[in-house]
Amino acid sequence: MLKVTDLHAEINGREILRGINLEVKPGEVHAIMGPNGSGKSTLSMVLAGNPAYTATSGSVEFYGKDLLAMEPEVRSHEGLFLGFQYPVEIPGVSMVNFMRAAVNAKREYFNEPPMTATEFLKMMREKRAVVELDNKLASRSVNEGFSGGEKKRNEIFQMAVLEPKLSILDETDSGLDIDALRVVAEGVNKLKTDNNATIVITHYQRLLDYIKPDFVHILYKGRIVRTGGPELALELEERGYDWIKEENKD
Amino acid sequence: MSALKQYLDLFREHRGLIDANSAAPVNALRDEAAHALEKMRLPRRGDENFENIDMEEMLSPDYGLNLQKVDIDVNLDMTFRCEIPVSPQSVLMNINDTFAAAPEAFDSLPDGVDVGSLREFAKLYPQEVSEYYGRIADMSNPIVALDTLLAQDGLYVRVRRGVRLEQPLQLVNILSNAMPLMAVRRVLVIVEDEAECKLLVCDHTQRSDVNLMALETVELAVGERARLDYYNIEESTENTRRLSAVYVSQKASSQVNIDGITLFNGTTRNEYYCRFEGEDARLRLYGMGIEDRQRVLSTYTKIDHAVPRCMSDELFKFTVDDQAIGAFTGRIHVATGAVKTEAYQANRNLVGEGGAKMYSKPQLEIYNDDVKCSHGCAIGQLDPLQVFYMRTRGLTEANARLLLRQAFMADVIAAIDVPSLRDRLHILTERRFAGLGSACGTCPLSDSTSCAK
Repeated sequence: MLKVTDLHAEINGREILRGINLEVKPGEVHAIMGPNGSGKSTLSMVLAGNPAYTATSGSVEFYGKDLLAMEPEVRSHEGLFLGFQYPVEIPGVSMVNFMRAAVNAKREYFNEPPMTATEFLKMMREKRAVVELDNKLASRSVNEGFSGGEKKRNEIFQMAVLEPKLSILDETDSGLDIDALRVVAEGVNKLKTDNNATIVITHYQRLLDYIKPDFVHILYKGRIVRTGGPELALELEERGYDWIKEENKD
Repeated sequence: MSALKQYLDLFREHRGLIDANSAAPVNALRDEAAHALEKMRLPRRGDENFENIDMEEMLSPDYGLNLQKVDIDVNLDMTFRCEIPVSPQSVLMNINDTFAAAPEAFDSLPDGVDVGSLREFAKLYPQEVSEYYGRIADMSNPIVALDTLLAQDGLYVRVRRGVRLEQPLQLVNILSNAMPLMAVRRVLVIVEDEAECKLLVCDHTQRSDVNLMALETVELAVGERARLDYYNIEESTENTRRLSAVYVSQKASSQVNIDGITLFNGTTRNEYYCRFEGEDARLRLYGMGIEDRQRVLSTYTKIDHAVPRCMSDELFKFTVDDQAIGAFTGRIHVATGAVKTEAYQANRNLVGEGGAKMYSKPQLEIYNDDVKCSHGCAIGQLDPLQVFYMRTRGLTEANARLLLRQAFMADVIAAIDVPSLRDRLHILTERRFAGLGSACGTCPLSDSTSCAK
């Protein structure tokens, strides 16, 4: 579904991604790990289309279409989802209105009529259950005053509502205590099917105890320097990143 | 010839006509007004607190005045379709500067409420009207002096002691004339001790192709333990000029809630002067303006904490786009003896690209130590990360911006204490930000083609 070929990208004239190659197929879970500043979040931002980042060369195909040519909202409609490392607070916009706008925008894109209020509320109820999200949060402003754990649950809730084909979860585990981590990971696992895929960006192995990856990639200095199975994550946990840095000295 | 001289000459020439079509308490202050104006110079652009507006320029065109109070035929039924929903029975109108209302407008009013033409009430109860008329407004303000010089009629509301008006009163100010015209209005609201009243004022312009000017002075006298809500919505045209001065006097333990909303305008100057005269009174002074194209909106507020233990909460929000220019000056004065004062002031602005400008001057003067006060302003743009976050969920950039701008105004609308009006304003604001022509939408009053006279 996703094919990234020799992707280079920069922000404010500084090159962060220096030739990423990555292929993701339906049903797969990929983990991307790497030390701070290696380009993990940049990769997620470029794939989701943050206009602050510029892809300078290379290509990204999503189901055969040129992903980089699409507006961020079109990427969303086509089935790409980004779970933010730092979910954005939007005071004054209620979660309910936000999700209704999101769901109906997608339906409009596929020439479908907007959801009725009853259908929509029923769906919200069902999807909330996936991550045990409190009903009270759904009626509040988007992420405003949410705790760290609530924000991350809210990201997975939105993922459940939008039913993406490919989800990129950027450090979804950061700032979570062990119970919240379990709830979030279980939510992700419940949403997993043979037809969708997940890219989990993480610092630590512990999330991968819950979300079992098929592939683990190590990102360093803007390149994927090593790819392996789940055992690679365990090796990193044991040895740290220093040997990776050593191996990839300029 | 200066603009002031033009009006002073006109006044002297037509004094008889002006007085004959008004009433003694209103006429009584004209000499004082003339005297004040003779010594006055109208503020020019660049003067202190007049960063974006030039009163000399605004008043210099040769506007017509309807001094004879010639009846202008307006279909009153049309106002009932103004979709700002209050009881149709309480819809009152100023057609330009002449009060009008259907007879049934007064049917639902309880005893102890006087509502109607200022001119008529001043004739019937000269003593009662003189007690308040011109007593709160300050004649050294050119808007007040000019208004007092020429005003003949307007709205008079008196809610007597202990009477609580459940339904909001709605006043629709309509500007309409085939030739350039200045409407000189006056509003006097007296809420006696322990009385309550909500007044919604909607300003509409019927003709978008004619230069029209609204000059108004509003005096709001609020008694002890009384409550007044005053909401003003301007929905006029780019050819409309507006000079408005609102004066509020609050007695002990009173509550006043003001919300001034500018959805569509041309060049507008809104001034609010609020004074606490008794302890434990509370004021909420909120406002918002949506400015684009070449519109100009200038807001000046002064809150006078003259006595101890009063609380004021002030919030003004503006969005300024295209070549529009906004300005806000907020002054809070806490007097020496006004201990335990709480005064909060905030001005927040979203300024778009394309040459839009916003001037902001939050000012706080405190002359004693025992107070809780804050003031500040913020001028910025929509957060690109918020826009991006919303786009990753499928909203278009335009839609994301629309939702964010609506959200920006949400707290100003939330301060309105009439739920149906609040809901309506959410829709009007959404339509306004979405670029859907006239905000009142289905209201024929706001459509110059359907009801041009």
